Amino acid sequence: MSKKLFLSGNEAIAFGAKLSRPHVIAAYPITPQTVVVEKLAEMVSSGSLNAHYLHVESEHSALSAMMGASAIGARTFTATSSQGLVYMAECLHYASGGRFPIVMMNANRSLALPWSIYGDQRDSLSLLDSGWIQVYAEDAQESLDLVIQAYRIAEDIRVLTPVMINLDGFALTHTYEPVIIPDQEEVDAFLPPYANPNIMDLQHPRNLGFSSTPKDNMEFKYQQHAAVLCAKDVISDVDAAYGKRFGRRYGGLVSNYRTEDAECVLVTLGSVAGTVRAVVDEMRKEGKAAGLCRLRYMRPFPEAEIAALSATNRAIGVLEKDISFGYEGAVYTNVNSALLKAGHASPVLNFIGGLGGRSITREDIRSIFEDLLAAERQRAIDPVRFVNLGVAAHGR
Amino acid sequence: MIKPKIQRYKQPRTISEYPVGPSFQAGHLVFTNSNYRTFKPIIDITLCVGCLACYATCPDGALFRRGKKVSIDYDFCKGCGICASECKAKAIAMKKEEPGRNE
Repeated sequence: MSKKLFLSGNEAIAFGAKLSRPHVIAAYPITPQTVVVEKLAEMVSSGSLNAHYLHVESEHSALSAMMGASAIGARTFTATSSQGLVYMAECLHYASGGRFPIVMMNANRSLALPWSIYGDQRDSLSLLDSGWIQVYAEDAQESLDLVIQAYRIAEDIRVLTPVMINLDGFALTHTYEPVIIPDQEEVDAFLPPYANPNIMDLQHPRNLGFSSTPKDNMEFKYQQHAAVLCAKDVISDVDAAYGKRFGRRYGGLVSNYRTEDAECVLVTLGSVAGTVRAVVDEMRKEGKAAGLCRLRYMRPFPEAEIAALSATNRAIGVLEKDISFGYEGAVYTNVNSALLKAGHASPVLNFIGGLGGRSITREDIRSIFEDLLAAERQRAIDPVRFVNLGVAAHGR
Repeated sequence: MIKPKIQRYKQPRTISEYPVGPSFQAGHLVFTNSNYRTFKPIIDITLCVGCLACYATCPDGALFRRGKKVSIDYDFCKGCGICASECKAKAIAMKKEEPGRNE
């Protein structure tokens, strides 16, 4: 029987990992991910989770250990955040290029300098091109469900690509919510044991991680690209299969709210979507047709779903906790590209907020929607706007 | 001796003929690899005592057992000289390769 517990996002991730029966876990603790690895260590120590828990000296080593374990057929789990994620950046490319279906949780946290332990999305978004599937959870229940789904997606023979599950640091990792814990037998039926034709053992020795000359190297990269594109269908199928078995569906690559007849749509990702949804309802009561598109996956990118948002006289905003210094937010670049390819002619604005852990309030989101509703008349204004900057952006 | 044979490299014609990522059965050799050798180990088999120190320490597996003694696979020997250095019987000498060998 499934049961309901009061869990933080971090704890929900640990329960999701436990239910997925990983053989090997290696992780280095870092705020705000620490509770994930503490919980898993407790589970292994008490015997409630039968896994090898490796103590490693760094995040670089944690992900390296995952690759070795994955190569011999182990299901692997790791978790990190911020500086830890960028410290393992070298291994991220190795893991995706090596086609190791590792599942990793990342607690989205600001990058130094200035040093900060608080949340934003610059860590994972700066690694959008590392070849990993990237998904952003909104709440603790989705976090747990995503771990189980991530293994089925990553290990699918058409995909064989690692998955990074992102949770907003503190806002999601440390917030407690009621979470339904699925029954282990149901999870076992949903998630078959890990199998992969590349698995190495003493009877089947393999050369792994070999080099390749310019004559063949590009084909391997093409293969990775094709696999991540293929993951779109797999994600959609897994979402449907999960919904059928556990009664919770999330909508695949995106999750839309009141977008059909919207005059303006705000595209965002992560836990702030909950606040945006509440503001959409408030605005609707006032007769203002606002809508929300929550990006769940950034890779593969939901190009068709974003293109489908395009409508005549519909302003679209992108709210993200990220900035690519000197240009615009990475999420905006991706969304805007999909919209322009679809021939979208109305304004598309970029709202940069929440950097270094600053709150994004209902009032902030309300003013974003007001900007979007006025955008058609104010086309000349800079499309990249900082939300709730504490001081005037210009002047002495 | 268990030693993989050189096999002809078959250029894949479709993307599905490539392995999924850089992973393939071990020991699938498609070319020899030794043409940058500067020094070549020469075994004086009359001095070899069959202790296998060279066999055990060759980083490339280029030494192989022949009866109770050893021999060298020059297709894969890189000429590092570890075998000569490890040989207590001084049965291995390093001889400079002829210039132009690889041209």
